[in-house]
This record gives sequence, structure tokens and C-alpha cells, in this order.
Amino acid sequence: MKSTGELEGYKGRAYEILSSANVSVGDKIRIIRDGETYEGGLMPRSELGDDLHVVIKLGSGYNVGVKITRDSKIEKIGVGAKPTFTSPQQPASRRDLERVDIISTGGTIASRVDYRTGAVEPALSAADLYSTVPELSEIANINAHILYSELSENITPKHWVGMANKILEVVKSGTDGVVVCHGTDTMTYTSAALSFALRGLPVPVILVGSQRSSDRPSSDAATNLLGAVAVASKAPFAEVAVAMHSDSSDKTITVHRGTRVRKCHTSGRYAFRSINSLPLAKYDLQRAMLEMVSSDYLKRDPNKKLELKADFNEKVLLTKFYPGMSSGIIEWAIDKEYSGIVIEGTGLGHVSRTLQGSIRKAVDAGILLGMTSQCIWGRIDMNVYTTGRDLLSLGVVPLEDMLPETALVKMMWALGQTRDPGEAKSILTTNVAGEISERTVPDDSNW
Amino acid sequence: MVNLDYQEIGLRVGLEIHQQLDTEHKLFCGCPTRLSERPGVRFIRILRPTQSELGQVDQAALFEFKKGRKIEYEASSDTSCLVEMDEEPPHRLNEEAIDTALTVSLLMNSKPVDEIHVMRKIVIDGSNTTGFQRTCVVSLGGSVGREKIGIQHVSVEEDAARKTGETEQTSNYSIDRLGIPLIEIATAPSIRSPQEAEEVALEIGRLLRATRRVKRGIGTIRQDLNVSTRQGALVEIKGVQRLNLIAEIVEGEVARQISLLKIRRELEARGLEEEDLREEFHDVSSPFAETESKVLTAALKRGGVVLAALLPKFGGLVGMELHKGVRLGTEMAQRAIFWGGVGGIFHTDELPNYGVSQREVQELRERLNASGGDAVVLVADSKEKAQEALRAVFDRARECLLGVPEETRAANDDGTTRYMRPRPGAARMYPETDVPPVPVTEERLARIKMNLPPMPEDLVNQLIQTYKINRKLAEQLADSDYLQLFEDLAGRTKVATSFLATTLTEVVKSLGREGVPVDNLSCEKITEVFGAVDSNLTAKEAVPDLLKWLAQRPESNVQEAVEKLGLAMLTETELRTKINTLLDKNVELLKERGEVSTGKLMNMIMAEVRGRVEAKKVDELLKEEVAKRLTRP
Repeated sequence: MKSTGELEGYKGRAYEILSSANVSVGDKIRIIRDGETYEGGLMPRSELGDDLHVVIKLGSGYNVGVKITRDSKIEKIGVGAKPTFTSPQQPASRRDLERVDIISTGGTIASRVDYRTGAVEPALSAADLYSTVPELSEIANINAHILYSELSENITPKHWVGMANKILEVVKSGTDGVVVCHGTDTMTYTSAALSFALRGLPVPVILVGSQRSSDRPSSDAATNLLGAVAVASKAPFAEVAVAMHSDSSDKTITVHRGTRVRKCHTSGRYAFRSINSLPLAKYDLQRAMLEMVSSDYLKRDPNKKLELKADFNEKVLLTKFYPGMSSGIIEWAIDKEYSGIVIEGTGLGHVSRTLQGSIRKAVDAGILLGMTSQCIWGRIDMNVYTTGRDLLSLGVVPLEDMLPETALVKMMWALGQTRDPGEAKSILTTNVAGEISERTVPDDSNW
Repeated sequence: MVNLDYQEIGLRVGLEIHQQLDTEHKLFCGCPTRLSERPGVRFIRILRPTQSELGQVDQAALFEFKKGRKIEYEASSDTSCLVEMDEEPPHRLNEEAIDTALTVSLLMNSKPVDEIHVMRKIVIDGSNTTGFQRTCVVSLGGSVGREKIGIQHVSVEEDAARKTGETEQTSNYSIDRLGIPLIEIATAPSIRSPQEAEEVALEIGRLLRATRRVKRGIGTIRQDLNVSTRQGALVEIKGVQRLNLIAEIVEGEVARQISLLKIRRELEARGLEEEDLREEFHDVSSPFAETESKVLTAALKRGGVVLAALLPKFGGLVGMELHKGVRLGTEMAQRAIFWGGVGGIFHTDELPNYGVSQREVQELRERLNASGGDAVVLVADSKEKAQEALRAVFDRARECLLGVPEETRAANDDGTTRYMRPRPGAARMYPETDVPPVPVTEERLARIKMNLPPMPEDLVNQLIQTYKINRKLAEQLADSDYLQLFEDLAGRTKVATSFLATTLTEVVKSLGREGVPVDNLSCEKITEVFGAVDSNLTAKEAVPDLLKWLAQRPESNVQEAVEKLGLAMLTETELRTKINTLLDKNVELLKERGEVSTGKLMNMIMAEVRGRVEAKKVDELLKEEVAKRLTRP
């Protein structure tokens, strides 16, 4: 029997012994086993732990695991007090500062640690944010909204729609900028989705997260958040963007266009890179200054009217081609009546000729097929080699210099607006939010 | 040295020994455990103090953060990876380090825990890139030494980054050392005398070396002391690097605490109350406009001020020596420097001096209405910093009324201590959730029990038996940092084990006493030297000179040393030539004394060729050549 709450994480034998001793996490307990005595505060058990050990926090602050045998005795020797923390008062609104709305979807940008139990609690209300990142009070007046509490690998297109609606709400109520706190794993899928769904943004929407957990003093969370809020409040552009560290130092935040950004490192602060394009801007933390890098952007304009186009057809498959790949996955998509497939081909946009048969079938079945490259950088050109030309003649749509992830999201969006593959194809191949460009230029910007 | 009754004083000392382990890898990644010699990449970080559940932030951490201090790290690819840069989560706990720690635990009868949990201990001065140190307890309880001093715990933790510099705005660290495993042994505060503290430290050191898996050399072992006296307070003293300083530091701290208690009694007798200490700072820049004090004029020139404050009833006490030349005024100055960032303070107990004249002192006293029994403190710097500095002085003055303040102090090389920072609150520790807990299984403990290294006394006997060296050498070796190297080389080198042992103990010690920097002699260098003897590049008599030369030039190698010192092995022909030249010069001696003259001749030739050929060989050839000459008709 597994538990939550008062005997968090304990199961099996450990759970039985603890529950019959009537103790809960936080209580001071004494364990007597084989003549040995251990005393300490009862701590929660991690999911990776077995059911044979009980974790206690010693007076020195260290946790140890104590093995529980059949004849172990557990006694409660003190009750754990639940701390009641009330956030300090929010600073008064300042007339000279803009208003920024921070929408939390998960991914803790700020947290507190209960050193007595080791619990890390998210700190997401406006009062919490001001308290843990006090510099915010010099940058903007904050309203905080907690929309979801999801690890970003659990975010789905339905969440994108929810976020778009929430953003519409706060924009209508007159915000000067929106920040969306999001887990980093799928942040760029969301940023692409919002780029397409939010039509006619008057203000910037900046997604932000942290690569290094916010409970640690070295976390990139606070500086990323400061950068994001500063950009949201003052940037001259009104687009969806991602703001994260530029490199390993706490010096600069890079602001990436939401359709052009990719998470390129599993853990480093510098994971996010703009692909096939310059970033939009950079923010210098020391001088608190924003500098535009790109000169081509949609301008901030409070008179613009935000409208949602937030329908996403989830029956779109993204698949990566590899040598020896079976056409089975395409057959499966046809069988399951998928509306679209985005292929990450090799090089300029190629797959093996053994897939041509199923590709033809898919096109004939009315499935929209788009080609991107697993090379990450570069542009699709299916005119150069026979393979590409053959695929073109089968009806595969080349997706220019779009990132595969962005292409997936855009195809869902295109097929959400129309069932007609021809129309969807047209939407897909027309630049909407900077995801397609005609020119790939060398980077001489020294940004 | 006054003979103190430490029991009467209620002296209690606890020891915390931190020893670097010589494992193949760091504690949480695959990097090697050595320092780097190459420049690496640099990156800048700001560490933020974290909030506890109750909204509390560590005050010292907040203080550092508000100063806006940045930390610049250097990472070299030969010794650091993304884990040390805090760009990647830690890997699994190093099993070799845990095995070594468990070995030490068993040697001290300390009970291993059933499951090891790694914790994050907040440390925000920059010495850990994450802002915390990863640490875990491996065993609880146990005892060490004749008096069975209790062990509180044995733990394993990461060593910190290495500070390489500091400016007002930046601290510089190299992260090569970060992540090297340390074993920490914390005793109960039941040590009762300075001498005992040193003995316990020596005993623990012996046990650690017995495992053969600890690093050697300066900086690989650090000793912290917790010292308290009954009427005084608990003071933490960090970073005692040399074992033979421990007793001195404890004695010094006891003396310091006793002196501070004397000061408290004297202040009570003089009728000082806390309210009397009023933080009223007077700008006395104008009386010092024409002063000859370089310090004061320099500050004024930079646009600063001279601030003064009255310490009523402190006359004669600020200048009172606490111990070994350290005065109360020194402590106040250290506080002023730490919290105010100023260069130092002046006080009337030491004036007139330093360019400050008697007349200036008098005017100062008049301005502040200071009577003879009062002291006046002066600081010269920017107004803000001078004010912070004086506030810190007043904090220290108020603490004089309590007696001994609880502090964390740093050990100096001369046996004194200096203020390091306020005593931290309860350690902020929470689980390191990136590393799963490690169960300590019966099988593991059984394996370790079977492989326990011999206790120090058994070790000495083993060395005598295995290597046929005498007891004195064996004892020295057992205590030496070079024990492992001796055993490695004894198997490989052609030189006699006693020669090897003598070199690694007596020769190195004597070079050290001469002032030669023997800590520069790495195991690799020493191995090279013996390798040169084995390959006949030079003779074994050359070894001390080579070691001395290499210790003084750590970047060099043995080939260069042999060349520069002219110690290349002589060929037989060269030797014969030299011998014959010598014999030619000493024809008379040969004629007179015949064979007997070989003794004297041997001394003469050895003076010339020592280190370049084996003495045995010289003896052999000399006798041959002498015999040849004597049998000539």
C-alpha cells in the first residue's frame, strides 16, 4: 500500500510500521532496532526508495536511512509543527513602472526550501515572486496567475489553447507585457503554438524557465525571470519569444523568436539557441539594458487587437527518418486516419526510396506530408537530388528552413483551421510568425 | 607558558578533520582528482541567498549578495566537467570513496548507516558553483585514541573550489579542486587539553593514512577545531593546515578567551552599561587636515572623511593584548575590515604613533569629551564605509560586555587566529534529490571487513618483515605521506629498500629543515629520480642533490637536473682516467703508504665523482689501478 500526504512515499513494510506507530512526516521519532537507537525527524521517502528503510533527519541536519526489520520499534517522541508562512506584503504599485502579467504553467521559476523537511515549495503568487526575487519591484508591477502546474513533458495542445485564452484575457485587461513560466523541455513547442495562435499581439509574450533548479543559489531562474519581465515590459516588439541565458555566465539573457528556438542541451543554462535566424534581442543583466539584435520584427502597438486562432488538429505525426526505417509508421498513420505527417528527413530533405510507396498512399489518402531536416541548421531543397525530386512528385511539401518541432506545431495549427489539404498546404508554406524566411544570412551582427 | 588547569577552565575541544581521498575520480563525476596546470574557460556567476519556508534568508549570505559580489570561475578541461560548472546534474556517488570512508568507520568502531543519503548544504561564498556542498553521513558514533574520544560521525563530501584571487567586486576561483572527495571525521567535544587535541589529530591522521587511499601534501588535510571554555563561548577555528600547530592554536584560543573574560570583568568594575555605548560618529577630518599620518591624508585626499567615536571606559583595554600580540583593537579592526571594507582603524591606546601627533590626540579627546579612562576609535575612508566600519566596532564593543562572542575564526600560520565570519545559524541542509540514496549492504560491509588495512602498529611490523628495514625507518615510513610511494617503488626499483626508505623519510625531512620546498616533490618526480638511477643515468648518491634541485624547480625534470648538476654517470673509461690522474698527482703518497693509501685516495676521488658513479665501483677500480701501479716494476 503506497501513500501520499502524511507518510509521503512510504510503502510496504515501512508504511505499515510507521502507520501503526501513528506518526507522520515531520514528527520526531525514535527507532529501536537490534539494540540500536536512532532519533530524528521523520522525512518523506523518495519514489526510488525501497520499502525497507525509514528516513530520519538527525540533529546535525543530515538525513540517514534506517533499515526496518520485523521487530523494529518506532515511537513518536515529538510532534512536527507545520510552518505557516504568510508572504510579506507586496510592494505598492509604482506609477512609473509598466504592468506585467506572469502566467505560471509549471516549471518552478521560484521556490522556497523548508530546511526542516527538505521540501521544496513553489513560490508563485505575486507576493511570493516579489519576496524571492526582490529586484522585480524595480522593473514592473506584477500580477501573477497560476494557470497550470505541469511538468512540460505533460503539456499537450489542449494546454496551448488554455494558455492562449488566458493571454487573451490579460491582454484585454490592459497589460503591458506577458511572461509565461514554463518547463524547458517542451517550451519551444509552446512558444511556436502561441506564435501562431495569437494574431495581432499588441504586447510581447515572453516564455521563460530555468535549466538549473530554482532552489539552488546558482539557479538561472531569477535572472531569466528578471530578463523576461524587463523585456515584456519595455521591448519595442510584440511577438512571442523565449528568454533564457546566453551562455554559462550570469551576464546576458538572449530573447529568441518563438518559432525559431530549439533546446539544444539537456541541462546547461545555454541550452536554447536560435536556429537559422538571429535572435530577436539580448538583455544585459548588469546594465539592465535591452538591445535589439534583429531589425525585422512586429512592433509593439497598444492599438492592435488581439484575436485568437487557437485550433490545433492533434492528429499530426512527427517522425524522424533513419537508415533501414520501416514504412510501418506511415502505414499506421494512414490506418489511424492521421491528418498530417512531418518527416525529419536527412540532408536537404531525403528519405529512403523504400518509403516512397507508403508516402504515395498517404498523400492519396489525403494526408498532408511535410519535409524538414534532422540536420537542425540549413534549408530544405528537394530539387537538387533525384531523391528529393521524386518525393516532390509524390506530393511531399518542402518546409523551407522551418525547425521540425515548429513545423509539427504549424501543421497542427493549419489543419486546425481547415480540413482541405490544399488550403492547409498553403497556410503551412506561407510565413506567419517568422518561422519561414527567404534568406539565410551569415551572422555578422557581433551580438 | 603559564600552566593552566584546563579542567578548571572547562576546556572542551572538538576536532573536525577533512582529508582528501586519493580516488580515481571525483565524488560525483569521472574527472581526475588533481589540480590543473592549464588555463581554462572562464564564466561569471552571482549566487542568490535562498529563502527558507519561513521566508528567512541567511544574514551573512544576504550581506554578501547585497554587496553585488560576482564570482569568476575558471574551468580546465583536464580536471573539470559540466558537473563542476553546475551545467549538468551530478552522476552517481563514487563507490571507491564510500568504501574508503566505510573502511575508516570500521577502524574507529563507527557504525555504518543502513542507507546513505546525500544532502545539499548551503554555502554561498562562491566556493561551490551550485551554492551548496554535497555531503552525506556514512557512519555514526565510534571512538579513537587511548582516551576513547567519541566520534560523532564520519561523512563524505565534495571539496570546494580553490580561491585564486579577490578584488572588491569579484572573487576568483578555480574549480579543479571542486568535487574531489573529502572524508570528514567529527569528534565529540570531549577533548580536554591542547596536547590531547594534537594527539587525537595525529591518531586520526594515522588511521586515514593506513587506508592508503588519501592524498598527501599541503592542502590535502584540513583541521577545524571547536573550542569552548566554561565561562567563554564556543568558537569555531577553521583551516589549521599543520598538525603541529593544533596544540598552539588551542592554547592561544584559551588565552584569548581568558583575556576577553578579564576585559569583561574590568568593564563591569568600571561600571560600563550597554546604553553607554552610543553610536555617535564625529567627523574629525579638519583636526587632521595637516596630519603627518600617511593613512589619514591618503583617505582625505580621495574625498573621504575621518570619523571618530567614543568608547567610554575602554581606555587601556582596546590596546590590551589578548594573546601573542593580538589585541582587542586587532579584533575590532578585523570586524571593521570585514563589514566596512576599510583598511583598518586607529585607537587612542596606540596613539600618538603612525604619524598622529600628541597634539592631534589631545584635540581628538577634547572634541569627543573623552576622559582618561575612555578610548576613541578612528576610521578614515569614504563616509559610508567608515560608518559601517564603526558600527562593526561598536558591535564588537558590545560583545565585550558579554565576554567571548561566538565566532568563526580562521587559523593563521603563526598559531593565532583571525575573525572570519559570524557563526552560521543551523546548517541549511536539504536532500540532494539528483542522487539516489545508497544502501549499505551486508555484503559490502563483509567485503570491507575482510580487506581492512593493518592498524598502525601492525603496519610497522609488516614493513619490517616485508622490506627488511629497521624499526626506526619503519615507524617513520608508517607516519609518512610517502608510505604508498615507498611500497610502489620498493617493488620496482633496483636500489636497496633501506636506501629508498631513508631517502623518503630522513633525506626529505632534512631537506625540508634546510628550507627546501619539498612539497613540490610529487610522487611522479620522485619516481623519475629513482628511475634515473635504475637506468644508470646517474648514481644513487646523486639522489639527495637531484631531489633538492627538482624541489626548487617544479617545472623541470630529472634529465635536466642531471645535466645541470653535472651528475651524469661516468663511464668506466672516464672513471679510470680520473683515478689515474689522481694517482699521477699522488705518486709520493702511493710510494710511502702503498695499499693503505687507498682510504685517503678514496676520499679524494669521491669528492670529485660522488653522485656520478657508485662508490662500490670507485672502490673496485681504485684498488685495481693502485694494484697495477704497485706491481709495476
